[in-house]
Amino acid sequence: MIKIWSMKKNEDQAAKKKPKTSAAQIRVQKDLTELDLPSTMKTHFPDPADLLNFTLTITPDEGMYKGGSFLFTFKINANYPHEPPKVKCEQKIYHPNVDLAGNVCLNILREDWKPVLNLNSVMVGLQYLFLEPNADDPLNKEAAEELKRNREQFIYNVKSSMRGGTIKGEKYDIVIKEQ
Amino acid sequence: MMAAAVAVNGTASSSDWDGRYYHVDQILDRPGPRTDPSFLAGDEVKEFLREKCKILVIGAGGLGCEILANLALSGFKDIHVIDMDTIDISNLNRQFLFRPKDVGNSKAIVAAEFIMNRVPGVKVTPYFGKIQDKDEDYYMQFNLIICGLDSVEARRWINATLVNMVDPENPESLKPLIDGGTEGFKGQARVILPTVTSCYECSLDMLNKPTAFPICTIANTPRLPEHCIEWASVLEWPRVHGEKKMDTDNPEHISWLYQIALARAKEFKIEGVTYSLTQGVVKNIIPAIASTNAIIAASCCNEAFKIATSSAAYLNNYFMLIGTDSVYSYTFEHEKRQDCPVCGGESLDITVNKEWTVDRLIEVLVERQDIQVKKPSLSAPGKQIYFQAPPQLEEATRPNLEKKVSELVPDGGEITVTATTLPFNLSLRVKYI
Repeated sequence: MIKIWSMKKNEDQAAKKKPKTSAAQIRVQKDLTELDLPSTMKTHFPDPADLLNFTLTITPDEGMYKGGSFLFTFKINANYPHEPPKVKCEQKIYHPNVDLAGNVCLNILREDWKPVLNLNSVMVGLQYLFLEPNADDPLNKEAAEELKRNREQFIYNVKSSMRGGTIKGEKYDIVIKEQ
Repeated sequence: MMAAAVAVNGTASSSDWDGRYYHVDQILDRPGPRTDPSFLAGDEVKEFLREKCKILVIGAGGLGCEILANLALSGFKDIHVIDMDTIDISNLNRQFLFRPKDVGNSKAIVAAEFIMNRVPGVKVTPYFGKIQDKDEDYYMQFNLIICGLDSVEARRWINATLVNMVDPENPESLKPLIDGGTEGFKGQARVILPTVTSCYECSLDMLNKPTAFPICTIANTPRLPEHCIEWASVLEWPRVHGEKKMDTDNPEHISWLYQIALARAKEFKIEGVTYSLTQGVVKNIIPAIASTNAIIAASCCNEAFKIATSSAAYLNNYFMLIGTDSVYSYTFEHEKRQDCPVCGGESLDITVNKEWTVDRLIEVLVERQDIQVKKPSLSAPGKQIYFQAPPQLEEATRPNLEKKVSELVPDGGEITVTATTLPFNLSLRVKYI
């Protein structure tokens, strides 16, 4: 057998001992403790000991979704940050980039995810969807077409859906922020 | 007398006949001008290779079959093999240790039996299960580990496990890891000496990112058969089945996805959705080429042989083969990443007074010039000690500030420190006084 140990001694004077915590855990610890969120976003940990599953509430203070309170779940697996976190909207909302099941169309959650991105970038990206809904990448086609065709009507639909209204036969969840 | 010797598997070297290793012995019987000074030509090295060296092969698939055959034929006699998979009919074109009658059986067990029947005197011990089932004691028994895996996750796991296993007090705890991988005409072989050379995690950024299609394309404007399959698996499966998890190894699940994808393809006039494509897309299968596996497995086994015998310089440390555009190969030393979360975390022994509170420890850390840390967050394996943010976790961990460090972390225990100013993380080993 080769004598690796002698190489180690030469090269590795400073005693290094590795963390038993998984790489994903450490990275999540770093991401979470360095979150720099505006007052419109709040994280919540149902089990504070479990850093890999939590929720994010976004309460936009401007734009057409102002006044709403939107709840997302984050699920992070052991392959993070090689894989993006899994993010879902927990409410049925009227939004061009969120479908009725809560799937979100945000490029950095799928095709443009890179390990250099972090939880902060995902959260900021989600908030941006509420400020600038994107009709070109629709998941809710009805909503996207309305936004393209008639912005006024779209805004009206958004307001009505947030109060629990029905649009084109779909009843949406009440998401108005409690005062 | 030799002619009468019957191959008895499981008892190493009992069946070595004259001249069995004539060719390999040309290398082992005498040193060459460039062999390592520690090379002990002759009986000693042969005895180590053939009677003492215990090698673990992880994966008994495309690479694994080649690796097992190569190792057995080059003189390794105590081989262990782990694989959690069973044999599928589609494996038979290249996984040559398997026959149609073996379909449905454990790859590890069938491969082990085949090798033992074919190569006298070789003992192969199979384990049909996951690498994660085994603990450090299990991995500690081997001299060398070779991986022929198809999953990033499994590689990361074994890499982190072997790096963590290195105990500065015990030279035996450092296990060389040889990792092979192929993807179509491309492949790589590398030697990882945990904590000495760069590790698998150091090079994660070299991986191609998995192909993902924009979810909006899948939902609205599918153009490829893959889009239809992704639609079935990403959107329709959760919609129809709710929380029930999709099992990509369950033929019923794949059939369901196939039917749904096929209907969608019809609707959008897209051709090419087949059962095997469906399976390929959801399992993220990349076509395997037998001859690429052969090249990479051979290269891994040569390294195993050289490392076990010191008979020639081994690969330092990364060999890549690109056969997609003519043939190109390149060997280079992949460097350790200082901020590698597995092997790079600058780690530090720290002496802590038994009476210190967590708050006091943080003060001490902030004051230390050699750490340069502001607002550190601390955790111990499986539990948070103190988090600076987000507010909920800060509040939940704040009571710990008043507690003694010695109540939260055992002597010799580890604390992971993260902070904005640290490139990645810092690991502290606590010693109490």
